[in-house]
Amino acid sequence: MATTDIAVPAAHDEPKRGLSYLEITSGLKSWLLTIDHKRIGLMYLGSVIFAFFLGGVFALLLRAELLTPGKTFVDAKTYNQFFTLHGTIMVFLFIVPAIPAALGNFFLPIQVGAIDVAFPRLNLASFYIYLLGAFVAIYSIITGSVDTGWTFYAPYSTETDTNVIPMVAGAFIMGFSSILTGVNFVVTVHKLRAPGVTWGRLSLFIWSLYATSIIQILATPVLAITLALLIMERAVGIGIFDPKMGGDPIMFQHFFWFYSHPAVYIMILPGMGVISELVATFCRKKIFGYKAVALSSIGLALVSFLVWGHHLFVSGQSEFATIAFSFLTFLVGIPSSIKVINWTMTMYEASIDLKTPMLYALAFIWNFMIGGLTGIFLGVLSVDVHLHDTYFVIAHFHYVMMGGTAMAFVGGLVYWWPKMTGRMVDERLGRVSWALIFLGFNLTFFVQFIMGARGMPRRYYNYLDQFQKFHQFSTVGSWVLGLGFLVLLYALVQSLRSGVKATSNPWHSLALEWQSPSPPPLENFEAPVVVTHGPYDYHLVKTTNT
Amino acid sequence: MSTAAEAHDAEDQGHGADHGHHGPKWLAHHFDSGAQQFEAAKLGMWVFLVTEVLMFGGLFAAYIINKSTYHDLFVLGHEHLDKRLGALNTVVLLFSSLTVALAVRSSQLGERKKAGTYLLVTIACACAFLVVKYFEYSHKIHDGLLPGRFFAGAGMPKETHIYFALYFMMTGLHGIHVTIGIGLIFWVWLRNQRGEFSPAYYTPIDIVGLYWHLVDLIWIYLFPLLYLIG
Repeated sequence: MATTDIAVPAAHDEPKRGLSYLEITSGLKSWLLTIDHKRIGLMYLGSVIFAFFLGGVFALLLRAELLTPGKTFVDAKTYNQFFTLHGTIMVFLFIVPAIPAALGNFFLPIQVGAIDVAFPRLNLASFYIYLLGAFVAIYSIITGSVDTGWTFYAPYSTETDTNVIPMVAGAFIMGFSSILTGVNFVVTVHKLRAPGVTWGRLSLFIWSLYATSIIQILATPVLAITLALLIMERAVGIGIFDPKMGGDPIMFQHFFWFYSHPAVYIMILPGMGVISELVATFCRKKIFGYKAVALSSIGLALVSFLVWGHHLFVSGQSEFATIAFSFLTFLVGIPSSIKVINWTMTMYEASIDLKTPMLYALAFIWNFMIGGLTGIFLGVLSVDVHLHDTYFVIAHFHYVMMGGTAMAFVGGLVYWWPKMTGRMVDERLGRVSWALIFLGFNLTFFVQFIMGARGMPRRYYNYLDQFQKFHQFSTVGSWVLGLGFLVLLYALVQSLRSGVKATSNPWHSLALEWQSPSPPPLENFEAPVVVTHGPYDYHLVKTTNT
Repeated sequence: MSTAAEAHDAEDQGHGADHGHHGPKWLAHHFDSGAQQFEAAKLGMWVFLVTEVLMFGGLFAAYIINKSTYHDLFVLGHEHLDKRLGALNTVVLLFSSLTVALAVRSSQLGERKKAGTYLLVTIACACAFLVVKYFEYSHKIHDGLLPGRFFAGAGMPKETHIYFALYFMMTGLHGIHVTIGIGLIFWVWLRNQRGEFSPAYYTPIDIVGLYWHLVDLIWIYLFPLLYLIG
């Protein structure tokens, strides 16, 4: 089993095995106090899925409000709260932790052949810090909510009468959870790789998580201090961002985006890592340009720190800075296209197995192409002046975040579900959910490019009549999208209740996690791991099966 | 918090005790060797310190930006700081960095009693630092040299409050770190007294020492930036 030779186990020769990590202990306490990275990953998974549901409800509500100009069913302030809560919940509670803290926590140690992450207690602590931050943020929703948008721009965020402090404090606290996960992953990758797991044999998922961790470690503390200053500004009026007191509100935007632009890569990089895994497994092919894909993750992490100023093109930063940031922004296109081209080249002439996870991977590539290319439009100064703060921007980042990361998250979830739970997701339901989600997503957001290009500003409660047909189209799309996620949820619940038992390697992958039983034992492998080939070395496989 | 958790991992984890290797009690089950565990803890602390530097980096950036806007007011504000007390605190912290380094050295040599003494001296220095800071703060509060809307400095333009806003944020965040440091050093001192450390295992002292050096290092920057401008 320790992959000393490269044979993919077939379904009938399942090895005899001991208890899995799910069975070895039971009871609530064995979960709440666990230091097993797999259980912590599952607890994160439950939390982020709940957060996604909550953020999704706010999305559906705000889309429903936009069915008609003026009031449809709530007033303007409530609408402002809807989009703020949708944004903050999706960003801080869902998408930042989704792939790294849930799927990454589960699979990063297994893929390096380790028993656990480097600091298991720190890992559990980071989960509780996340929960604490989430509760503080949700407390804000109950006690007056927030209407600033997820960006908390000063000076409005210091003046609004809504309950900004708990929401910001929640984001501040969750930031520490993110940092600690990053520290844990970096050390685990450096120090806990099993014999034979060289840097060149790390999975691309790990490379992407490693790059993500670097950003988490470098950028999140800057957000922390920015939010701390904002809290002080509101609580005791220190006035550093308040122009009335000689402060500088643009400084807030610089500080905020110094974190939040790199944070965009915290969100997308793990998704790209998942896609590399899916493409290699379902094409049964060595990934094209492994090194280029791996290094492009690091490249994206580095470039991500140099482009924050493109959020301030119309805020009044200096012309020179604006021009420099515009050029630097184009650099993002290079590592991004390296990835897309290499995935496509991997699929070229492969015999592609169109299982549900692979369908999600294809959805990712399609959506990410659109999201990525429209990002180049926005990096062009003259175009951005027209498109800034319109629905074009909304559509752009939803194509990357929702159409990209969320697709990768779902794809990864369905792909690794058998390993995590020991049961398969029904293929038919999986495909139906994919079709609805992919269709619904594109219905909802593609039309927003058109609306934005015609001048519909983001975050507006009211709009001109000429935009109504676009808004209604988009809202109907959001219902299809919502239905797709319900089908997916049903498929997952059905799998837990009565799903087909999974074999250890249902997808015939060469990656290390599939060489362990499903679900894995407490220490991840039944024998100490010695690795003799890379996770994508399909060209070395003797034709023993398939 | 994090340091505590990290170093705690050095203790035996309990779960999966039947995994086959029978190392010393302090060797966590998921490490193969003490050296691997030590290196992991050390790398973890260094990475965490990078985070700390970036966190203070935000405030340093705010300082640079505002100083370039309000240079004269910064000079005016800084004249209300007591350079002698600042210098005293610098010496106190530098000395505490030496004692914590000596504590690490002593534990490497297995001199537990000496290590304990050095740790206590470090704690004493940290407390002395906070006491001096307390007197500085009360003086400022008394004179109304406060941030934002609480600013009531006599004979100063109102924008001078920005200097004091940064002064309190920077020294305040540093003070929080000193306080956490006292807790951490006290915790390793307790473990040292219990005899948990040996030349083969002194990781917690080492990484808490690293943290303490950073706290010191940040002060080395804060002192000239806040007290010695002109």
